[in-house]
Amino acid sequence: MADTTAYDPLGAVGTWRRRQAKLIIYALLGLFALYYVVPLAVVVINSFRSLPDISHNGLISLPHSFSLDYWSSAWSKFCVGGTCNGIQPFFFNSVAMVVPATVISTAIGSLNGYVLSKWRFTGSETLFGLMTLGVFMPGQMVLLPWARVLGWLGLTNTIGGLVLIHCVQGLSFTTLFCRNYYVNIPDDLVKAARIDGAGFWRIFRKIVLPLSPPILIVTVIWQFTNIWNEFLFAVIFSSGTNQPITAALIALGTADTGVHQYGIESAAVLIAALPPLLVYLFGGRYFLRGLTQGALK
Amino acid sequence: MVVEPVTFTSVRAVPKRRRPLREWLSGILPQLVLAPSLLASFIYVFVFCGWTIWISVSNSSLLPDYSWSGFHHYVELWGNERWRIAYTNLFLFGSLYVVGATTIGLLLAILIDQRIRAEALWRTIYLYPLAISFIVTGTVWRWLLNPSTGVESLIRHWGWTSFKFDWLVNREMAIYTVVIIGIWQASGFVMALFLAGLRSVDPDLIKAAQIDGASMPRIYRRIILPAIGPIFVAVLVVLLQSAIKIFDLVVALTAGGPGIATTVPSIYVYDLIFQRGQMAEGAAAAMMILFVLSFVLVPYTIWSNWRLRREASRG
Repeated sequence: MADTTAYDPLGAVGTWRRRQAKLIIYALLGLFALYYVVPLAVVVINSFRSLPDISHNGLISLPHSFSLDYWSSAWSKFCVGGTCNGIQPFFFNSVAMVVPATVISTAIGSLNGYVLSKWRFTGSETLFGLMTLGVFMPGQMVLLPWARVLGWLGLTNTIGGLVLIHCVQGLSFTTLFCRNYYVNIPDDLVKAARIDGAGFWRIFRKIVLPLSPPILIVTVIWQFTNIWNEFLFAVIFSSGTNQPITAALIALGTADTGVHQYGIESAAVLIAALPPLLVYLFGGRYFLRGLTQGALK
Repeated sequence: MVVEPVTFTSVRAVPKRRRPLREWLSGILPQLVLAPSLLASFIYVFVFCGWTIWISVSNSSLLPDYSWSGFHHYVELWGNERWRIAYTNLFLFGSLYVVGATTIGLLLAILIDQRIRAEALWRTIYLYPLAISFIVTGTVWRWLLNPSTGVESLIRHWGWTSFKFDWLVNREMAIYTVVIIGIWQASGFVMALFLAGLRSVDPDLIKAAQIDGASMPRIYRRIILPAIGPIFVAVLVVLLQSAIKIFDLVVALTAGGPGIATTVPSIYVYDLIFQRGQMAEGAAAAMMILFVLSFVLVPYTIWSNWRLRREASRG
């Protein structure tokens, strides 16, 4: 924070005690950082270690060997659920699910937010409340109906079915985010445009959309990471070669036949984690904003 | 934010023809745009909910059967020991998880708020677990907590040969490993919420207290923490909600085991419906999840509405 007027919490304390306090603070921070970083470090290191190295020195150890083999076999050779193309097909299943679901739900959410903030009508606030109820819906309550609906639509065990589910489920979030953001666009701006004869779409295109990038980034990041990481619907409504990566990973992890392929599992797990992790590292600010908004409404 | 100057060069000078239908349509255009989402939300929230409720009082088993059967599936559910274990686990996990994540999150937020160096780096480290799926982190933690591959074997390797840390495979203790990982995953987020709160407290208030000679712990206790009361509520609601819905983490870490020691309601629902073909009882169990959730969300909604109205009346 580049806030020059911020108070210094330790300002009133003498230098010696101050140094002591700082030491304790950094020690505590470091200790906690260890708790957070160790799992990631272990899996990263193990993805490059050879199997003999792992079995000799244990899972938690510094590397004594280096190999890239596990990454390539996890990506395209390892056998998951009968097929031996590695994690790659499931990765692309996830991509095929995440991209349309994110784009569609964000686009619809943006339009909904626009209507609910700038074209209010009698009862629109109530409708907004109704739409946000979906945010809280536990997945277990909708499993059976979804199974039926997907059957009727002929979307059972398809990526299309999962896209539909994530669009409907994501709608409440995207609408909530966009509406709460658009509310802060001055109404006068819209009113003036209306007086000048601009219509619904024109105002959206010329006024609202150009102001939208911050919230659209937040929404896209939120939807992307949530849908990519989603597991319940993925594991129930897809099987075999149609599974997204999270569902396939569980199959890989629980198929404990013979020797445990730690290296391959580590690499596979990292491949699955990479897209949301990259999004987090590069869009962290927006990621956090989405989280806080989703939490605090 | 830069607002592009809005120019309306194309103000129509063309005389308007009367097109009643089109005009009417453009009048209700906003509603038309909203309608599909509204319908989808309505179906999702009310129809799907009602549907599941109906199944819970029907004769459905392997296949849906919508004839009335009464409430005996609920009775059976509560008579089932596995369900009672699942429910107990939910409360045990939920309370420890909420207390643990709140405490650690608050502690981290306060530490980070002490004008430390490389703040962004620390924050990034504490928050990253949230970006990754439970399925991924669960796999790693399974290795670390497994006595034969993880911490226990490492410490024995170092020479402390009698060291024992077998919670993951111990019926009594396995649920606590779920708590540890749950806290690991959520506390960074709690930290972020609290940090935002701490930074919103008026610095003049704190300076005044410092001038009065109040110690830092005292300032936190008496001034800063009371000022961020609403953040506590938000943290509580978010954590309780995710505790009640917990599914992925348990599946990835213990799959409900050893035995049924770490079963939680969401896994139970999944098992009943998709593994054992007891649809009605599964729906009843899903209803119970919603029931518990409503104990968190209804008071929260009332509280936040009350706050909104109070703020509005204050201007």
